[in-house]
Amino acid sequence: MFKVFACILTRDLTLALRRRTDVLTTLFFFVIVVSLFPLGVGSERALLKQLGPGVVWVAALLASMLALERLFAADYEDGTLEQLLLTGQPLSLLVLAKVIAHWLLTGLPLVLIAPLMAMQYHLDWGAVWIMLVSLAVGTPVLSLIGAIGAALTLGLRGGGILLSLLILPLYVPVLVYGSGAVAMAAIDLAAVVPYLQLLGAFLLVALVFAPLAAALALRIALE
Amino acid sequence: MLEAIDLACQRGDRLLFAGLGLQVGPATLLHVRGRNGSGKTTLLRALCGLLHADAGQIRWHGEDIRELAEDYRRDLLYFGHLNGIKADLTGLENLQIAATLDQRPVAADALRAALARIGLDGYEDLPTRLLSQGQKKRVALARLILSKAPLWILDEPFTALDTDAVTLLEELIAQHVAGGGLVVLTTHQEVALTRGAIQRLTLDPPAHAAAAGPAEATTSASSAAAGAAVPQ
Repeated sequence: MFKVFACILTRDLTLALRRRTDVLTTLFFFVIVVSLFPLGVGSERALLKQLGPGVVWVAALLASMLALERLFAADYEDGTLEQLLLTGQPLSLLVLAKVIAHWLLTGLPLVLIAPLMAMQYHLDWGAVWIMLVSLAVGTPVLSLIGAIGAALTLGLRGGGILLSLLILPLYVPVLVYGSGAVAMAAIDLAAVVPYLQLLGAFLLVALVFAPLAAALALRIALE
Repeated sequence: MLEAIDLACQRGDRLLFAGLGLQVGPATLLHVRGRNGSGKTTLLRALCGLLHADAGQIRWHGEDIRELAEDYRRDLLYFGHLNGIKADLTGLENLQIAATLDQRPVAADALRAALARIGLDGYEDLPTRLLSQGQKKRVALARLILSKAPLWILDEPFTALDTDAVTLLEELIAQHVAGGGLVVLTTHQEVALTRGAIQRLTLDPPAHAAAAGPAEATTSASSAAAGAAVPQ
């Protein structure tokens, strides 16, 4: 069973490495959106410091949204998704492998580049660290929840817009606690722990239920 | 033994078939025929469990395939209109993945041998997007050589293939049936077997099956019943 999981994971990673544009667009989108705000609102230090956590988190959210559409679409078009559905393996396991690969390609680069982006907002080191941790815990939740929406809107015309409408409201709790943690870090580092614990709880719940829900949605989408 | 009992499928408002029953035993080939749009692909997808039939039941060795779920899928090889291969991966990688998903680790030599047999010697390390339509289909069909699944469901496997490949595929199908396997396939050409039985099923929807309402659809279905498997 682990072999199958690893097979799908490496397959998706290999495919992405052979076609790097998809990965890079997400990353550049994130970088550009985050960099636009200081240009737009001016370089006043206090204002940027206050805006920073929210802007980085909203940009991360939009960037992961942007990448979601491709999660199952390519497999759907060439028929490999059909074959995945017929493999005699629990589909949720395969979905989990796909989501993890997706996060490694679109979420992780974003987490790693976030501290660099945070420098534009004059955040202090404590806050930057918390941002890194909160994004590392929070972005997988975005990918997992997003997988359900991507599966539900698979094969629909204009699925991209529908996907955002479906999924963005579900992202709200992650956004609130994620950016909340970073904002709180500027005031009191000790008060951050419950925020991160909640994000961790979201991640655990999403890890268990999102693949199951996405697998069900995929079966419906392929009918 | 694959059985379908009282199967009915609808696409939109259009009733494709109703009251369809079939029984395919070991060492048998079921040849599904019918005009374009008569519901051949729908029937095959229903038999795979990709599609829920609107009515009726499909059984594999006497048990409902929906309850068997993964156990059924392990016994099944489906080949659809889409090749199900990744354009950015090589033929070898595609085949390797297919074998791993079937949980049958196959040595690289066996994979190469399978590709060579299907006529892709020298092409196994090329990304499949560089191959022609027929060659892509051959990569997908190489799975048949490696497959140990007793039930093959093949949807128009002969299209886009040249005569050599058609002969080879016929050979593979005949071999599979002779070895006690089951094959359900749609094709517009005749298939010859060396051993085993051929059943034919002709899907023949009523000429104006595009009924306006669901009520009307049911009556038109009963007047022109979809067809039944006729053992030869």
